[in-house]
Amino acid sequence: MNEQTIAEDKLELHPIDKWLRSERMPHIWCPGCGIGPTLYAWIRALDRVGIPKEKVVYVSGIGCCGRGSGYLDVDGFHTTHGRAIPFAIGLKLVKPELCVNVISGDGDLFSIGGNHFIHACRRNVDLLVICTNNFIYGMTGGQLAPTTPLGDRSTTSPYGNIEPSFNTPHLADASGAVYVARWTSIHVRRLEKSIAEAMEMKGFRYIEVLSPCPVSYGRRNKLPEPDDIAEWFRQSSIIRNGANTSEVQIEKEKPLILGNFVKRVGKPTFYELMKKLEEKVRGR
Amino acid sequence: MRKAVLTGKHFWYGNIAIAEGAIVAGCRFFAGYPITPASEIAEHISRRFPEIGGTFVQFEDELASIAAMLGASWAGAKSMTSTSGPGFSLMQENIGLGVMMEVPIVIVNVQRGAPSTGLPTLTAQGDVMQTKWGSHGSYEIIALSPDSPQEAFNLTIRCFNLAEKYRVPVILLTSETVGHSAGKVVVPPKDKIELVQRKKPKVPPEDYLPYKPDEDLIPPMACAGEGYAFTTTGLTHDEKGYPDTTAEAHEKLVRRLNDKIRRHLKDIVDVEEENMEDADIAVVSYGQVSRPARKAVGMAREDGIKAGSIKLITIWPFAEHVIHRWAKQVEYFVVPELNYGQIYLEVKREAAGEAKSLLIPRMGGKLITPTEIYREIKKVSEK
Ligand SMILES: Cc1ncc(C[n+]2csc(CCOP(=O)(O)OP(=O)(O)O)c2C)c(N)n1
Ligand code: SF4
Ligand SMILES: [Mg+2]
Repeated sequence: MNEQTIAEDKLELHPIDKWLRSERMPHIWCPGCGIGPTLYAWIRALDRVGIPKEKVVYVSGIGCCGRGSGYLDVDGFHTTHGRAIPFAIGLKLVKPELCVNVISGDGDLFSIGGNHFIHACRRNVDLLVICTNNFIYGMTGGQLAPTTPLGDRSTTSPYGNIEPSFNTPHLADASGAVYVARWTSIHVRRLEKSIAEAMEMKGFRYIEVLSPCPVSYGRRNKLPEPDDIAEWFRQSSIIRNGANTSEVQIEKEKPLILGNFVKRVGKPTFYELMKKLEEKVRGR
Repeated sequence: MRKAVLTGKHFWYGNIAIAEGAIVAGCRFFAGYPITPASEIAEHISRRFPEIGGTFVQFEDELASIAAMLGASWAGAKSMTSTSGPGFSLMQENIGLGVMMEVPIVIVNVQRGAPSTGLPTLTAQGDVMQTKWGSHGSYEIIALSPDSPQEAFNLTIRCFNLAEKYRVPVILLTSETVGHSAGKVVVPPKDKIELVQRKKPKVPPEDYLPYKPDEDLIPPMACAGEGYAFTTTGLTHDEKGYPDTTAEAHEKLVRRLNDKIRRHLKDIVDVEEENMEDADIAVVSYGQVSRPARKAVGMAREDGIKAGSIKLITIWPFAEHVIHRWAKQVEYFVVPELNYGQIYLEVKREAAGEAKSLLIPRMGGKLITPTEIYREIKKVSEK
């Protein structure tokens, strides 16, 4: 055996390798970034639930997290900033048999795309939406996001943020999402389980993943080393499944409340209601 | 009203003819947001789609509507939206995504007075240049403009055929007057209507390159869930669909996206010429203004003036070869339009040095009458 064959053998042994476009490695993400571990948990969940590759669709918006759809060996759509959810809705309504996932950033989903998020919850369209919340606009160099905690510094809040941030699980819950959870990218196993649980449900499912961005967020907020934010998550996290989402607002000096918060069973999806209407109209 | 194709004679508003034309063309996904004077299209589709099995969604805004259409088209559905100026402006970014990802979609813009909220209920042709240049970057797009309910019906079908063939967003650029005037519309039997479907890959998934064009510069299109595991992006990309943000990759891609349209001008561009054989004066018009324009040409002929009519059915890409050719024969191009000079600029550019051009502008929702056009023809004939 020559050296190359050995290397290839080893590569094939990696359990998630079949999901990746290995030829595109290395990826663009920085050391210590939470996007990679989040995708890892998602891939493991796909395997756990047993969803075949050709049924998986990955839609993303724009940002560091948005680049993920180009690294997976599934049908991947890197769309425009904020529009991943409506793009995914169109796709899913035409091919309801597909497992359609939106994985995107906090700015993408809650600033420029915030309106689509709440309306998708309200309509209960059948999507799994994962937000890598790194409290910042990572890709563009660390500007203020609607998720930046009060007082934190960013390149556009150099004296500290004066705006209250969104409590995104509460927003999803109040808008009608059927599954709402929050984990961090260091809770890979629990995150994987939560994603798998969400994958087995129908309707609008939302998981927020708190995700370190040492480069664009940590550096300006006294958490500059690749592991500092992970350490903050480790020390401050409290798991409280079923917590009232109105009580999980992120505040810097308070515990980070994680868990599977909401699970609503039996709420019909937009697609189901549309099909019912079709039957009614045709039966007239 | 259960069938998809309502073969027969109807008396329809232009907007209804568009909705029915879309259904005949195979459109089964509609996403939109209410706006005057386009709402009747969405309203009609919302009644018809449950009967024939299509997906209608009234979205939260036009940003969502166009994004959803792109997603639906990637899932294999022929998709359409209808809007007017303000909504069309909101759609511009994702029209660019449609151009970049090469997604067949059809956008109906029922034009109204503008800028801004302008004259919501009154007609205009002010979005001609926006249709060409509204999204950022150098790109080619296709736009057609009807002058009657029947033509609105026919051209809607053609919009879908062109979108599918060239993998590009196609715009039906109509106007309030065409949308809200009723006329006879003949729907032919289903088997007499020619429909085009997008090219599918002929290679197995492992050999498929989503952005490798054929000879005609158009790449075959796999759709989501067909097992091709392709990736696509609005970033500059290579034939694999992978981001490649080098100057070479960008130049190559932008050239192809433009050339796939420019090289097929003869196939895409449709004009109707009348009385042009011996004409000294050509009236160039499009959409609703074509009707008074043709009448005015008739009046001029009765007066012994050698006038002719060039009606542009395809607005974009511009019929430059047509204007270029006639510029060698005519002395004057007269261009009546419901704006302050848009297609006029294109005509002037193509006529440069060979013939003169005169604009008859009209804003404010009032129509241009045949007599007004005739008077201008007469004036230039006396020069
Ligand atoms: C319409 C539009 N406005 C602005 C931008 C610039 N932009 C690119 S990514 C981004 C923010 C991304 O932040 P987030 O969604 O949190 O993703 P992250 O990079 O943090 O993963 C912005 C503002 C854009 N691409 N499009
Ligand atoms: S800038 Fe932040 S979010 Fe972007 S890759 Fe680097 S660490 Fe991750
Ligand atoms: Mg972010």
